[in-house]
Amino acid sequence: MNKADPSKKSAVQTTGHAWDGDIQEYNNPVPRWWIWTFYATVVFCIVYWILFPAWPVGKSYTKGLFNTITFENNKGEKVTTHWNTRSRLINDMQSGKEALKQKEYLDQIAATPIEEIITDPEKMAFVRSMSKVLFADNCAACHGSGASGVIGLYPNLVDDAWLWGGKIDEISASIRKGHKGYMPAFAETFTDTQLNAVTEYVVSLSGDTEGDAAKVADGKQLFQGQAGGCHYCHTQDGTGLKSQGAANLTDQIWTVANVSDAHSHEARLNVVKKVINKGVQREMPAWEGRLSDTEIKLLTAYIYQLGGGQ
Amino acid sequence: MKSIESDPVDHFAASDSGAHEVHISIHPRSVKGRFRQLKNTILIFAYLVYFLLPWVPWERTIGPDQAVLWDLVGRKFYLFALIIHPKEIFWLAGILMIAALLLFFVTGIAGRIFCGYFCFQTLWTDVFVWIERLVQGERPARIRLDKQPWNVEKIRKKSLTHFFWLLFAFITGLTFTLYWGYAPELVRAFFLGSAAAPMYITTLIITATTYTMAGFAREQTCTHMCPYSRFQSAMFDRDTKLVAYDQNRGEGKQGRGKVTREFKTREKRQAAGIGDCIDCGYCVQVCPTGIDIRDGLQASCIHCALCIDACNNIMDKMEWTRGLIRYSSEQEEVGKKARILKPKTFGYGLALLLSLTILIWSVEHKAELDTAISQIRQPLYVRLSDGSIQNSYEIKLTNYTQTEQPLTLGIDGLENAAMDIGKIQSISLRPEQQLRLLIKVKQKTMQHNQKVSDFEFIVQPKDKDLDEKRIKARFYTP
Repeated sequence: MNKADPSKKSAVQTTGHAWDGDIQEYNNPVPRWWIWTFYATVVFCIVYWILFPAWPVGKSYTKGLFNTITFENNKGEKVTTHWNTRSRLINDMQSGKEALKQKEYLDQIAATPIEEIITDPEKMAFVRSMSKVLFADNCAACHGSGASGVIGLYPNLVDDAWLWGGKIDEISASIRKGHKGYMPAFAETFTDTQLNAVTEYVVSLSGDTEGDAAKVADGKQLFQGQAGGCHYCHTQDGTGLKSQGAANLTDQIWTVANVSDAHSHEARLNVVKKVINKGVQREMPAWEGRLSDTEIKLLTAYIYQLGGGQ
Repeated sequence: MKSIESDPVDHFAASDSGAHEVHISIHPRSVKGRFRQLKNTILIFAYLVYFLLPWVPWERTIGPDQAVLWDLVGRKFYLFALIIHPKEIFWLAGILMIAALLLFFVTGIAGRIFCGYFCFQTLWTDVFVWIERLVQGERPARIRLDKQPWNVEKIRKKSLTHFFWLLFAFITGLTFTLYWGYAPELVRAFFLGSAAAPMYITTLIITATTYTMAGFAREQTCTHMCPYSRFQSAMFDRDTKLVAYDQNRGEGKQGRGKVTREFKTREKRQAAGIGDCIDCGYCVQVCPTGIDIRDGLQASCIHCALCIDACNNIMDKMEWTRGLIRYSSEQEEVGKKARILKPKTFGYGLALLLSLTILIWSVEHKAELDTAISQIRQPLYVRLSDGSIQNSYEIKLTNYTQTEQPLTLGIDGLENAAMDIGKIQSISLRPEQQLRLLIKVKQKTMQHNQKVSDFEFIVQPKDKDLDEKRIKARFYTP
């Protein structure tokens, strides 16, 4: 019953034109739903032109009506502009749903003392996820994305050695103020014999017993005496002064000379000798002013947890 | 049976027929009977479920007090006592498989049961036709109304029909959205204009599609859009019970014949070789897809069995035995018995049973406490000042129970090693809470050359009903 009568097919009209005498064209209009969809897209376009930036006019363009975006510029002023994707992004980053949700957490972090934050698993989970991004943006260029540093150049923040101190306020101060790490070059101070002796002593400090006992004793005197003066920064025991960022030479961690990867006594002496000869000069910039207080707080808690703190 | 014989022709004069087929409206006549009764019962039940389910309350300690709620934003599906999380999404695959198998199983036995009785297209079309009949009257009246020129009566009846159609479509659309949020709040927000845009858009789309599909497309959905009608024949076999016209009885030797003065009684008709079909056309008029069942099995037939009701009514009136149109199989047509217990039934049945068992088992054994560990690989290990080696891990803990879960962490199987979670004092997970923690494991240097050691983390819930969890991990040394 719903089958069309085949005889009706011949009833299709032609357009009335004839080419080459006998070529005619059937007049099969496009379906109505298609036409109406097409009209709808035209209407959509016109509405779009009115609401959004669309047409070039001289050196400017139509800005769109009833469709402004307000955001805060970097001077803290409220700016209202016509609709555009860049402002929309800024607006979204400032007052979007996710941004507001993040702000809630950030406010909590700002209001909680850091000693309390590090005991709270939930806050630490936020610290970790947020700081991973902050660290990658600001710190990873030198310290590496995993914070393991580069031996000789940038300190490893994952181990438990803290050149400038591992207490919370010390870590925070390090980030805020930055550091200049400096050890003078001893190439012109020491004779070869003296250099060999001091090197033997330094290597022996962390438990290497292969060195010649006489040389170690000589080295100890140079280290602890006026001639070398190493103890001014590294202290008499060789444990290092935090205020100077001087390394602890008695533990198993080597931050400048790559002793851990040197597999013979000779090789160990060589890498340490090079450092004593040439000295060390390292610098970390100050982040105060570049990062907000809350961001520094987040990074402090993050780094404190990575290295275990002190 | 008053006016069945004098039925006006159900055609529009197709004036502008193009290359495409012009659709001819179908005006199904109403019918009473056993199958109509069954269909009504199913329809009422299905509508009760669809329209009332979002309003069924269900008390929960966490989450909305609504029995069924698909919370997309919260990434949780609430289904009575069950709360489904994204990790259990494979259940959906299971449900779809079970639905498909059930479809195949039923179709093998009794044909398009789903199409005829349960499909929402059938259900909503039924209601739309019912509205049409209430406003415009029975089939002949509707056909007359369609043909008559536009006047006050036609405008009034047509607009009233469309008003009720739209109203019903709107309620359908609105109800659909209520499954995705807390129903009482959503309805209030919807009418106050404060609901989220997706709610208005979804309501609009479902309203529009319901109105179009049930009001206009109707049987075309089944014949042209639905793929199921196209592969149904692959699932039928000679034993499948289908709505079928008894060709032998209906046609006799001389074909069907109307009841005339000389051929009124059955004896006279049989003597003349005329079949039992009196060609009243009632079976055609009640058909929602507008086909003639007497032409045999066809793709357009949704097996709603209304023609059975129609024919049975006629047979009752004639005081002849029922069943000129009935559920029967090809086997029965040639006088054999139809088998229900055939290999296909067993195969699908077994697959169905198996899938159901697996799904139920999986739901029964869903994880209450989910744990996952990932090793921090940058750096893989680090040397500490006392010479020991440290590896770091991130553990992800998720509490899927509805109660607070305090727990302790530990390690097992690594010699001379200790675990360190920093200054964190205690770990306790609120219901539905997920937590990521940094765990450091330190091992005093061992005199071995083994670069990788296997060990296990132990997550021990304080709740005695929950099992301790062991997670395999590896420890790397230089």
